[in-house]
Amino acid sequence: MTTATGDVGHGYTTTGLPNRKIAIWAFIGSECMLFASLISTYLIYKGRSLVGPFPHEAWTDATTGHVYQPILNIPVTSFSTFVLLMSSLAMVLALAAVENADVPKRTVGDRILGNSRLWLFVTALLGTTFLGCQAYEFTSFVHEGLSIKTNLFGSSFFTLTGFHGAHVTAGVLWLLTLLAIDMKRGLGPRDALNVDIAALYWHFVDVVWIAIFTLVYLIK
Amino acid sequence: MSDVHVGGQTDHAAHAEVHESHPGWSTYWKVAVVLTAITAIEVWIYYIPAFVRTPYFVPTLLALSAVKFAIVVLFYMHLKYDNRIYRALFAGPFAIAVMALIGLLFLFGKVALRIGLLRS
Repeated sequence: MTTATGDVGHGYTTTGLPNRKIAIWAFIGSECMLFASLISTYLIYKGRSLVGPFPHEAWTDATTGHVYQPILNIPVTSFSTFVLLMSSLAMVLALAAVENADVPKRTVGDRILGNSRLWLFVTALLGTTFLGCQAYEFTSFVHEGLSIKTNLFGSSFFTLTGFHGAHVTAGVLWLLTLLAIDMKRGLGPRDALNVDIAALYWHFVDVVWIAIFTLVYLIK
Repeated sequence: MSDVHVGGQTDHAAHAEVHESHPGWSTYWKVAVVLTAITAIEVWIYYIPAFVRTPYFVPTLLALSAVKFAIVVLFYMHLKYDNRIYRALFAGPFAIAVMALIGLLFLFGKVALRIGLLRS
């Protein structure tokens, strides 16, 4: 047994809460401010671009006569939003499976729900699918004439969604690391805090997208 | 299991206590259905031109988005069940972020244009 000082040194604060979980919540709080600044930049510049393409309106280039259609692809983005929401479901199931790894599984349903490798893999797969949709969207935008240098909309849009995509990429790498550990030695209740921290990050990425989907894609 | 004790408990036991009230599959799938339904409603109203032209379009979308946001934070991030210190750690910076966003919109956004703080 260690002393009270030793307890704090081994990962618990005087509140009795694990310091790494407090740290991830503080980190998420700081990330709220980062994304609030990026979203406000997008909203401030919204509708102030001098040249197209525009997000929701068609635009005719006076010099070439070329007509640019509204550039946002709502069906594709709706699908990727659904994918990210389902990845959050898979993530909570992965966490529940790790927390209950020691509980005996009697039925096939219990074995499926209690398979942390399956749910970590599904979460990473859905995250990768979301990134694939974003890569498709970015590529099609560039082909249609919208780059980060084209206008204010392009600059603020690519910066905001690009930062979010970078966060998703980091989350997928984190999940794959957990999956590799799970496959190597198995994850159990003693690892629940590590998975919980990864899950909090992943859900935060999801809630940021909930805001972006509405503010950037749906509100005209 | 580690032999490090925290307040008379092992770290495993302490962590298990933190998680003991987390919901299970029966709650998680219902939350997923609700989130999917709200997303479907958001996209559906986006394609109703008559509704998009009304002053209710933007507030409706913002309200639906806020509900989705709250559901994920409360149920999937477990803020409804976890210690209130985590809630404070999230709610404080989040409130500051929202106020900063609203403040910036008032200073530089269309709100500023409308009330004459900026020239278009």
